[in-house]
Amino acid sequence: MSIVVDESTKLVVSGLTGREGSFHGLRNQSYGTYLAAGVTPGKGGQDVEGVPVFDSIEESVKEAGANTSMIFVPARFAAGAIEEAVESGVHTVIAITEGIPVLDMLRIYWKAKEVGVRLIGPNCPGVLSPGKANVGIIPAQFFDPGRIGVVSKSGTLTYQIGNELKQAGEGNSSIVGIGGDPIIGSDFIDVLTLFEADPETELIVMVGEIGGDAEERAAEFIAAEVSKPVVAYIAGFTAPPGKQMGHAGAIISGSSGTAGAKKEALEAKGVRVGESPTETARIAVETLRGG
Amino acid sequence: MDLLEYQGKQLFAEHGIAVPSGEVASTVEEAVAAAERIGYPCAVKAQVLIGGRGKAGGIKIAANRAEAEQHAAAILGMDIRGPRGEGPFRVHQVWVEGGSQIASEYYASAILDRSEKKLLAMVSRRGGMDIEAVAEEDPGALVKEHIDPTRPFTAAVARPIAAAAGLDEDVCDAVAGVLAKLAEVAAGEDATLIEVNPLIVTEGREVVALDAKVTIDNNALYRHTDLAEAEAGEDEDPQEAMAREKGLTYVKLDGDVGILGNGAGLCMSTLDVVAQAGGAPANFLDAGGGSKSEAIVDALEVITSDPKVTAVLFNIFGGITRCDEVAKGIIEASRQIDLEVPLVVRLDGTNSEQGLALLAEAGIDGLEVEGTMLGAAKRVVELAKERAPA
Repeated sequence: MSIVVDESTKLVVSGLTGREGSFHGLRNQSYGTYLAAGVTPGKGGQDVEGVPVFDSIEESVKEAGANTSMIFVPARFAAGAIEEAVESGVHTVIAITEGIPVLDMLRIYWKAKEVGVRLIGPNCPGVLSPGKANVGIIPAQFFDPGRIGVVSKSGTLTYQIGNELKQAGEGNSSIVGIGGDPIIGSDFIDVLTLFEADPETELIVMVGEIGGDAEERAAEFIAAEVSKPVVAYIAGFTAPPGKQMGHAGAIISGSSGTAGAKKEALEAKGVRVGESPTETARIAVETLRGG
Repeated sequence: MDLLEYQGKQLFAEHGIAVPSGEVASTVEEAVAAAERIGYPCAVKAQVLIGGRGKAGGIKIAANRAEAEQHAAAILGMDIRGPRGEGPFRVHQVWVEGGSQIASEYYASAILDRSEKKLLAMVSRRGGMDIEAVAEEDPGALVKEHIDPTRPFTAAVARPIAAAAGLDEDVCDAVAGVLAKLAEVAAGEDATLIEVNPLIVTEGREVVALDAKVTIDNNALYRHTDLAEAEAGEDEDPQEAMAREKGLTYVKLDGDVGILGNGAGLCMSTLDVVAQAGGAPANFLDAGGGSKSEAIVDALEVITSDPKVTAVLFNIFGGITRCDEVAKGIIEASRQIDLEVPLVVRLDGTNSEQGLALLAEAGIDGLEVEGTMLGAAKRVVELAKERAPA
């Protein structure tokens, strides 16, 4: 098993006719993901390399059996596209787009909750289940199938850690990029819940960064609900307060959201926190092998 | 983006929140003319994005024309530091507004609570002072209530919040009305923080916003183009200004090790490992996913324009970014810019072998390649220390 995406994923890509959307959509397809359709309003009836394009996501659900939507449209139109996806009948929406206004996401977050759709992102690299399906922009070559689940706010940092795991001979059940925005559809806790229930996942690596209190909340949740070992890494120890470090959500406001506070909260609940990506991967491997 | 007080008050006025009438002025003459129109007493208030203006001498009451002139002359051009030493912020504009007869000073705000994914409404009967201090010493005096995102937040819904704060009974409805309007401002203007401190009750029992602190979501500025103009006028660090023009995500820090990474998380992590190796990062620069060679040239230009930088670390893990593109950018930059500082480069991931081969072929003076992130951090710190001014 694996989580969020797998062999049963039937993907529809909003923005498949665009440059980025077609590049990554087709790349996902060549990895083995079943690419059912693309959606671009006004371009219904066309195709991209043989993949049918529809005017709406709902149509792609009815006509092509799509069950998972990937949003790859420009920021100004992305909120509308996510909202459309949430109401279209798919069970999962993965939003890659960066730069969506946060109050739009607040509205959509509650809409998705109400409808019961799993939303991942926005501003995330997507989800990869090695050997099964890849939805998003995660470079699959750095990850082998295996028993470590990874959940992360950051893309490249995840690739760095994944690559070190691979070099150590370990692989992954799934890699879930939850995104670095202030409001995201699925948080650490949502994904930890899925990994806890996934029989293939034996250990979870959680990659956090400054801003918000998702890591602190995850620490509480891990102590109460997660039986599998969790190893964490937090980026941003040197970040000064009040400065946004790239991601919209990566900002220390006042005394909250610091990397130190997050590390402390996790360690207080028995979660080992690596000093660097390299050490984090080493601890994960050691823990798995009973070292 | 943070708004100046007068910009926030203009938004308030548009949404029907009472504010004192006033005018913005950039010169002493304009300020005096505004004061003459508004009448006396009036307040002359420095327009800077920092709290504690009053204590710093940035807010003065003028009883007549001579005082208005004197205060405007003193405040315009002054440098104000924040309560924690932030800044200095130079005063380019003052806001001249009619004096208010204050009976009570309250506090009201609406702030995005990202953990709860809701707006948080807050009210206190103890306004006019640092609200964090109030929350600490008298937690009961600050009432907090999340706004249900699935139904309209009307004055009637807000009424119990005002009542719970122990405000004067006769103004509870009016304060509840202000709270509802704050939520409306948030939704309508993409404001993630709106703070009114103080929200005053006048002698005539009117509820008026005497200050305005508003933060607009940067991602939504495209639909508030009238506000976007104010941003360019802010005082900005020269490297940060240069980076913004080039479309790079750059944050200036205090150290001497220039840093370029790809991806926000990896870049933050790079700063951390450099600090762990005993170095002090000079900046955060996320070259982004899919970095092309031109972006690398721009990035190196920005980093090395900081005179404090004595060595630069490139930490690239290519996912979407191709390491050969990055290598081409470094080679191009070494031709275009007179690089006076050593570069330590770590390239891993997509096309790293091609990238490293290109670098080896180019044979750039002062460029060293390291195989791992930790090794590269250690080496760049050594180089920076060797070159540090004695």
